[in-house]
Amino acid sequence: MSKIKPEDLDKIRERMTRTMNLRDGGARAKVTVHMGTCGIAAGARKIMSSLLGLLEEKDINDVLITTSGCAGLCSREPMMTVELKGQAPVKYVDLDEEKTQKIFSAHVLSGEVVEEYALAIGSERVG
Amino acid sequence: MLCTGTGCVSNGVFKIKEALEQELKKHSLQDEVGVVLTGCNGFCAQGPVAVVKPDEIFYQLLTEDDIPHLVEEHFLKGRPVQKLMYTPPAEKVPVPKMSDIGFFGKQRLIALRNRGMIDPEQIDEYIAQGGYTALVKALTEMKPKQIIDQVKQSGLRGRGGAGFPTGKKWELVAAAERTPKYLVCNADEGDPGAFMDRSIIESDPHSILEGMMIGARATGASCGYVYIRNEYPLARTRLIKAIEQAREYGLLGQDILGKGLNFDISIQQGAGAFVCGEETSLIASLEGRSPEPRVRPPYPAQSGVWDAPTNINNVETWANIPEIINRGAQWFSSIGTETSKGTKVFSVVGKVENTGLVEVPMGTTLREIVFDIGGGIPNAKNFKAVQTGGPSGGCIPADLLDLPIDYEKLAEVGSIMGSGGLIVMDEDTCMVDVARYFLEFLKDESCGKCTACREGIDVMHGILVRICDGNGKESDIEILEELAQAIKDASLCALGGTAPNPVLSTIQYFRDEYESHIKDRSCPAGVCKALITFTIDEEACKGCRLCSKNCPQEAISGEAKEVHRIDQSKCIKCGVCMDVCKFEAVLVA
Repeated sequence: MSKIKPEDLDKIRERMTRTMNLRDGGARAKVTVHMGTCGIAAGARKIMSSLLGLLEEKDINDVLITTSGCAGLCSREPMMTVELKGQAPVKYVDLDEEKTQKIFSAHVLSGEVVEEYALAIGSERVG
Repeated sequence: MLCTGTGCVSNGVFKIKEALEQELKKHSLQDEVGVVLTGCNGFCAQGPVAVVKPDEIFYQLLTEDDIPHLVEEHFLKGRPVQKLMYTPPAEKVPVPKMSDIGFFGKQRLIALRNRGMIDPEQIDEYIAQGGYTALVKALTEMKPKQIIDQVKQSGLRGRGGAGFPTGKKWELVAAAERTPKYLVCNADEGDPGAFMDRSIIESDPHSILEGMMIGARATGASCGYVYIRNEYPLARTRLIKAIEQAREYGLLGQDILGKGLNFDISIQQGAGAFVCGEETSLIASLEGRSPEPRVRPPYPAQSGVWDAPTNINNVETWANIPEIINRGAQWFSSIGTETSKGTKVFSVVGKVENTGLVEVPMGTTLREIVFDIGGGIPNAKNFKAVQTGGPSGGCIPADLLDLPIDYEKLAEVGSIMGSGGLIVMDEDTCMVDVARYFLEFLKDESCGKCTACREGIDVMHGILVRICDGNGKESDIEILEELAQAIKDASLCALGGTAPNPVLSTIQYFRDEYESHIKDRSCPAGVCKALITFTIDEEACKGCRLCSKNCPQEAISGEAKEVHRIDQSKCIKCGVCMDVCKFEAVLVA
């Protein structure tokens, strides 16, 4: 990385929003594991490694697995957000490895929201 | 009643009719069971359909082969055939929208705008969400004075607790002539049960860095410190990464973004001392001395870190700054109440369904936070009080639940905004015990410089312990009130100045509980061990032996299926028997 100028911010933003919003590139889905202290204490690392394991096991390379901070509802951690290309994000709560596997097969790979583990769909009100 | 609408006819209902009549005849039921043909039943998709009266049993998707079994089972033996009956599809509960969920729907994110959305360890993701555009604006389009004016006009007040107008604070440092000048981010969050600042840093560290950079431009500071407690390892790690990445991009260091600003940030680890909420204590600790406050003036704006002009703001305050610059003072000041603008982040904990981090506009009521967002009290218990402002705050009772939250309103009822800890208490909470707990915390956290604080809190704590132990005296409440006033009057900093609040507010709203402890030697909430006894209700006890098996003291005796008894001389009042009893037969009084 080198020092940037104000106009470089726009370039970074453009490049990043495309991948983050799954508009460009090969990714068809993004899974965000919420890893604040609360999430990690509740077992988010296990969720993360089981997701990474699933990617490897099924040889999948078009699903982004990423982390983020606390989603706010600490009492329902571990939480993750699944976002398929062109669809609203879905938040899952009270996860364990088994639920994660089910969500991965049903929702991430087959597009079926696992309603029994889902908390809500969409995003929060910002600003 | 066989449906002979077009739909069912084409599905072969007449064949069903024939088979049915035949089968009925076979069992000589033709006189008892009449076959009636009806018009369209409306449920064509499930046809052929039949309704058996008078029970209104609805059969669907019938075939000729089903009929012998149906007649035998239903008409002969009187057992409706389950598998032919209509079962409504398992109700598909649609996943609600975030905005329809109480917990999220009432929140409005400014300081937490990127929570759960970005990878906090990737500066590019922050930039993708519009990060550092406010810095560009501040560096290219705004003069320092304009920035300060915007912050002033926004009405932003210190989110660490005291609520001093941020813009005014900046103005004082900007006006100081001496250089270098310092900026400090106070991330030493010390209130028990509070985790707003930790969470902001963990989910969005760059929002704080950007706020500080804008602050540097406004005040002329060249050096920044984030004073973060050692107990926050994840937040610290993420902050370190964020600072490194910002440096690599040239967002920290010399000639930031090629616009001539020189500013860098380093991290100072604190040992997590509550007294560091006091600015002058924090400065002392940051310089490597023991965290004792000093007399003000001079204020940090004149003489702060290394005796240089210094501006200290809390994590949440800094995180608000980029949004104010980007969206304007007017936008920010349109949110909130007359005196308190914008939003406030609360960590909602205690006896509440949804514990977590909540950002709401100022002016939201306590009821909305506890019940709509928090989801109410678990286990069908009653709400008793909510404690705001941490150890320096107070307990607010149920009849003030509709209080809109802002700095002034909370002060009016004897509490404070504080940094945003919000502890919900239910009917099983003893308010005298709560006051005792907070005083114990403050007794340990007092730095010891002022006698009134050091000794006074200790004496107050001693009295509270005595009351909880059942040795309260009639005059105790008055002595507590008198001591409280003396400590408030004679303490240098806010720790002592607010330390008596938990006692005063509980006396104000729950005086009857104090009186029960002192006069009746009883703890109405069943918490204070010296004042309670566990007994077994002879009527309700089934003699299941669960309590006697679980009692760690073997204090419960009784044969199976006979009433059990607790030996009071052995009982340590741990309450395990009460927790395990399935018949609510263990009583506490």
